[in-house]
Amino acid sequence: MMTQDALRVLGVAAAIAGLACVPFLLGDYGLSLAINIVSYTVLATAWSLFSGPTRYVSLATVAFFGIGAYTTAVFAETLAWPLVLLIAAGIGILVAGIVGLSTLRLSGVYFVIFTLGLAELVRQLVTWYEVNKTRTLGRYVFTDITAAQIYWQLLILAVLVFAAGFLIGRSRLGLALRAIGDDETVARHSGIDATQAKVALFVLSTVFMTLTGAIMAPRWTYIDPAIAFNPVISFTVLIMALLGGVHRLYGPVMGVVPLALLFEFLLARFPNHFSIMVGLVFILIVYAIPRGIVGLVEQTVRRPA
Amino acid sequence: MLLEVTLSGVTLGGMYALVAMGLTLQYGVARIMNLSYGELLIAAAFAAFWFYSGLALNPLLGLIVVPPLAFAASYAIYRYLLQPLVRRAKSRDQLEVDSILATFGLLFVIQGVMLALFGGAYYSYSFLSVPLQFAGATVAANRLLALVLAVVIGLGLYLGLTRTRLGTAVRAVAVDPVAAQLVAIDVRTASALAFALGGALVAAAGVLVSMFLTFNANLGVVFTLKALIVVIMGGVGNLLGALIAGLILGLTENYVATFIDPGLTLAATYAIFLLVLLVRPQGLLGRANR
Amino acid sequence: MSGLLEVESLTRRFGGLVAVDGLSFSVGAGEIMGLLGPNGSGKTTVLNLLSGALRPDLGSIALRGQAIAGMPAHRIARLGVARTFQIVRPLASFTCHDNVLTGLAFGKRRAWGTQARADADTLLDRVGLARARDALPGALTYIDQKRLELARALALQPDLLLLDEWLAGLNPTELEQGIALIQSLRGQGITILLVEHVMDAIRSLCDRCLVMNTGRLIASGLPGEVLAHPEVVRAYLGDDDA
Repeated sequence: MMTQDALRVLGVAAAIAGLACVPFLLGDYGLSLAINIVSYTVLATAWSLFSGPTRYVSLATVAFFGIGAYTTAVFAETLAWPLVLLIAAGIGILVAGIVGLSTLRLSGVYFVIFTLGLAELVRQLVTWYEVNKTRTLGRYVFTDITAAQIYWQLLILAVLVFAAGFLIGRSRLGLALRAIGDDETVARHSGIDATQAKVALFVLSTVFMTLTGAIMAPRWTYIDPAIAFNPVISFTVLIMALLGGVHRLYGPVMGVVPLALLFEFLLARFPNHFSIMVGLVFILIVYAIPRGIVGLVEQTVRRPA
Repeated sequence: MLLEVTLSGVTLGGMYALVAMGLTLQYGVARIMNLSYGELLIAAAFAAFWFYSGLALNPLLGLIVVPPLAFAASYAIYRYLLQPLVRRAKSRDQLEVDSILATFGLLFVIQGVMLALFGGAYYSYSFLSVPLQFAGATVAANRLLALVLAVVIGLGLYLGLTRTRLGTAVRAVAVDPVAAQLVAIDVRTASALAFALGGALVAAAGVLVSMFLTFNANLGVVFTLKALIVVIMGGVGNLLGALIAGLILGLTENYVATFIDPGLTLAATYAIFLLVLLVRPQGLLGRANR
Repeated sequence: MSGLLEVESLTRRFGGLVAVDGLSFSVGAGEIMGLLGPNGSGKTTVLNLLSGALRPDLGSIALRGQAIAGMPAHRIARLGVARTFQIVRPLASFTCHDNVLTGLAFGKRRAWGTQARADADTLLDRVGLARARDALPGALTYIDQKRLELARALALQPDLLLLDEWLAGLNPTELEQGIALIQSLRGQGITILLVEHVMDAIRSLCDRCLVMNTGRLIASGLPGEVLAHPEVVRAYLGDDDA
């Protein structure tokens, strides 16, 4: 038993070490693709960390991603980098707390509606602030952070999000969330504080999104609200998570890799029709593989038995 | 000044009420949470724009042509895109999640088509923009006309739903689809009709809105959001509630835009929404669920 | 004198309908109390008010002297009130074992780990479901699902157990087993309030009974007396037979 666990830990460590070597092996284009994949892995896994068990569809990924990116744009030149990340996480937690406490004690519809316009709301508030107070709309992001460093930071974040998912799955909170997903009334009558559990998980999941935005911001040299709060990002994350499958921790990443490559191709070939294509791909997934690739695999494996 | 702002707020509120009435039909009766709802409004606005600028026709002609087209398109969307989900769903929650996802995809498809056709720029046209004197205030004729037409359409819908056989059937499905089935109402057809009617309403609103507001291809989501908030605020399935809530939202937005800052209108919308969530989540005229 | 549960002027309206109308009663520790009445008389609403599924419009509920009216369901559950549902509601994606574990993890004891897993097995054994430990509830028969729900409720280690027609729909053999199971809970010191239509069960289990009609209490007392009460007969059978 001991050796099997040890082997598993060793395997995971080797995989992380291997992934950490990627910047030395790939060229600029390859590295930017890798950064793309790892950042979407964090976003999609964080998304399904909350939306998977609770079945609350969050449409606000980019609201938090954008908050992170903007925090970097504002503070990166004047403050130490860890402090910038800390501030980003703090703002993300604050916003997620407000959203969670006001909607998550009600049924899922309210949450969906609130998150539908959240990115637009934050975008307009940032725009309003920049226009009225700082009198600039865009900002230049000057840091000495290299692409490889961005990749490594994202990799650490990815390891953390998987670790968080793994630990939650084995904890009382994980049991509570699965019970809520099955039947919230029963869960509440079994002593589960459903609102608290949902808010806690929502906040945790959005911290990862906010940090991803903060870490990714130096990739762009110029940021304005339209870039940072682009709704296509929320949509992309949703599709990737659903394609992979949200009921397993490793599900979303199975959707991220193929779709990140496909979108890279579509964006290059059909830059003006990108959102139509993505929309069609998404509708196809909702109809054809509602339980994702993981669900599909599990179904086919189970059937012959 | 105050009177003028109030009048234009009432016009905007009337539009929101009309848009929300359509959505409450789709959500309350057909049980579809349609996130692509506002895209149809923008599409209709573009159609009216094209009637006026491209074909040099009266945009009011759009009011005769566009809603029936939107009715047909919405019927087709319900029949071929959403009914498979209705059949597949094991529970109402499941249908809600599925329909949210499917219509979210649809949102990006429709928006993408409009972006490809018209780009991201803002559009408007000048139709009947003559000032009228009304009780000491100046109102643009197009706004007044839009308001009058919205009232006529809204009233027509209200009478249609309360005074006709078909309307009664549709309302029955909204209250309880299972019981409606028991009294020999064809729930599927009633749902499809309600969904299509909602589409026709939002298209009519789109034509009216285009006469006095500037719009662009990205604005659909904002209208969907506001319609949803008005529906929640008024109480799901409640037409009178939608009217009151729409007016409150339109007035608040106009006051905030005029007296505080136009950049904060969405913030005002959200503030109202938050208030509703905290104080009365079942809506102004909604009943607490059993 | 004060009972385990003291209810005073409990009232709940749905729109114009007064489902529970000024209800007052008390249940002593260790008692088995029956809650009777025709369909629609407000019995399930009373359970929903007691368990925190609904908030009362008026009135007070005290558990061991502590006011619990209007508290959220999870806090009431942690204070020692457990319930079953009229139509069984097992957690469908959980094995029987995990269904029970949920109650243990979030109930009064907040048990977790090896001990909690062992306790879950003990409880399953107690209701006669040890063989179905790893089965999903969907694979169980109706009576077994009811057993599962009872085990989940017991996992909360309740002082007060609310049973909503837990014996309904059982065949004679199952009914006998069910009655014996409830009897054995009394021996453990659990107080029980049960909504029931099965008269045999009421007669053999209940120490006292409450009878409701259109939201009001119309009779209370020993089962035999209450069932013979003219107003009770009228409520069940209509005016002509009284």
